[in-house]
Amino acid sequence: MEKSNDMTQEKFGEKDFQAIIGNLLRYGVWTSLSVAFIGGIVYLLNHSQEVENYSVFKENDRNIFEVISAVYNGAIQGRGESIIFSGIILLFLTPVFRVLLSLFSFILEKDYLYVVITTIVIGIIIMSISFGFSH
Amino acid sequence: MTILTFTLIMILGAFLAGFIGSLSGLGGGIIIIPLLTVILGVDIHYAIGAALVSVIATSSGSAAAYVKEGITNMRLGIFLEIATTIGAVGGALLSAIAPTSFIAVLFGLTLIFSAINSLRKKEEHIVLESSPLAKKLKLEGTYPTHDGQVVHYGTKNVIGGFSMMGIAGMMSGLLGIGSGAFKVIAMDNIMRIPFKVSTTTSNFMMGVTAMASSVIYIQKGYIEPGICMPVVIGVLFGAMAGAKILVRTNPKKLRVFFACLIFVLAINMIYNGLNGKI
Repeated sequence: MEKSNDMTQEKFGEKDFQAIIGNLLRYGVWTSLSVAFIGGIVYLLNHSQEVENYSVFKENDRNIFEVISAVYNGAIQGRGESIIFSGIILLFLTPVFRVLLSLFSFILEKDYLYVVITTIVIGIIIMSISFGFSH
Repeated sequence: MTILTFTLIMILGAFLAGFIGSLSGLGGGIIIIPLLTVILGVDIHYAIGAALVSVIATSSGSAAAYVKEGITNMRLGIFLEIATTIGAVGGALLSAIAPTSFIAVLFGLTLIFSAINSLRKKEEHIVLESSPLAKKLKLEGTYPTHDGQVVHYGTKNVIGGFSMMGIAGMMSGLLGIGSGAFKVIAMDNIMRIPFKVSTTTSNFMMGVTAMASSVIYIQKGYIEPGICMPVVIGVLFGAMAGAKILVRTNPKKLRVFFACLIFVLAINMIYNGLNGKI
């Protein structure tokens, strides 16, 4: 982006980022919901007459990467549940991209205090991955 | 119940939850949980997972518009996200080990608290002079009004607000809700941020806060695609319909009505929780 230190130019940069972040959030939600909706139709076509059993909780203890690879394989085979799940993962990724964009915006603005603050938030999210399952 | 019947009921129920959540200002997530557990008998862990997914969808959807208008205070949001994400991770870990009856009772109490809070009369006090810490963190800001003016505001009591946000994050991770009521207390009552900014910034933060607990939810198996899909779609469209009506009507009477309704649901949840039926 622009390298100028001119005040008005910098203000313009921040407004640009607001627009980009706004669009990212909007398209992120609609894309992920469309994927989940398609998955839902596939799922219902195959399973609509089965009986649900949601009153019993089956606890899992799976690493997020295992889950993602299982979802990926299932989605390729056209399994409805996996397609819905990939939509949900896309939805979860939307705020992650939003944080990364903010980080990028603070780096461009040379606001190092907020570069550090945003990095801490990203660090906490990354740490939650390793907290989530017993090894 | 067959999956088809369940899905259709869920879409309808989630639509209502999103609609009521948007009109009452409580958010759809907090209403979908009693609906799933008390009425449809779904396990509370699945209900929490589905609520969290719908919280991310509705908050990201509405945050998009506010960010563009320049009302959201992004620095304030990101700074407070340190507190909410730490709280959310802690809350999500706690939810995996806490007994379900404890979660149900805590949820009922939170529901009552949020309903009362939504009825409380709010007074705005804008502070112009920020505290030294707030200045250091560049938390002051401006926002545009309808008639094109720019309002400047400052903030104070950063540490108090930050701590309250930690609690808000924990409730979010523990119960799968956006915990808007706690966030508003942190920002309006403690930090003296103007309403317009606090509500939009709270919305902006919800996605990242929920994201921090969602990884743990996925790994523990709270996210059940068959429940999440109808819930997210229903809540999102319900919230959109609610927002359309909000523009045209005065929600004051509706709020009292919904607060009573929510109170009944909450008592039901606490009762079932104490009897070990949830």
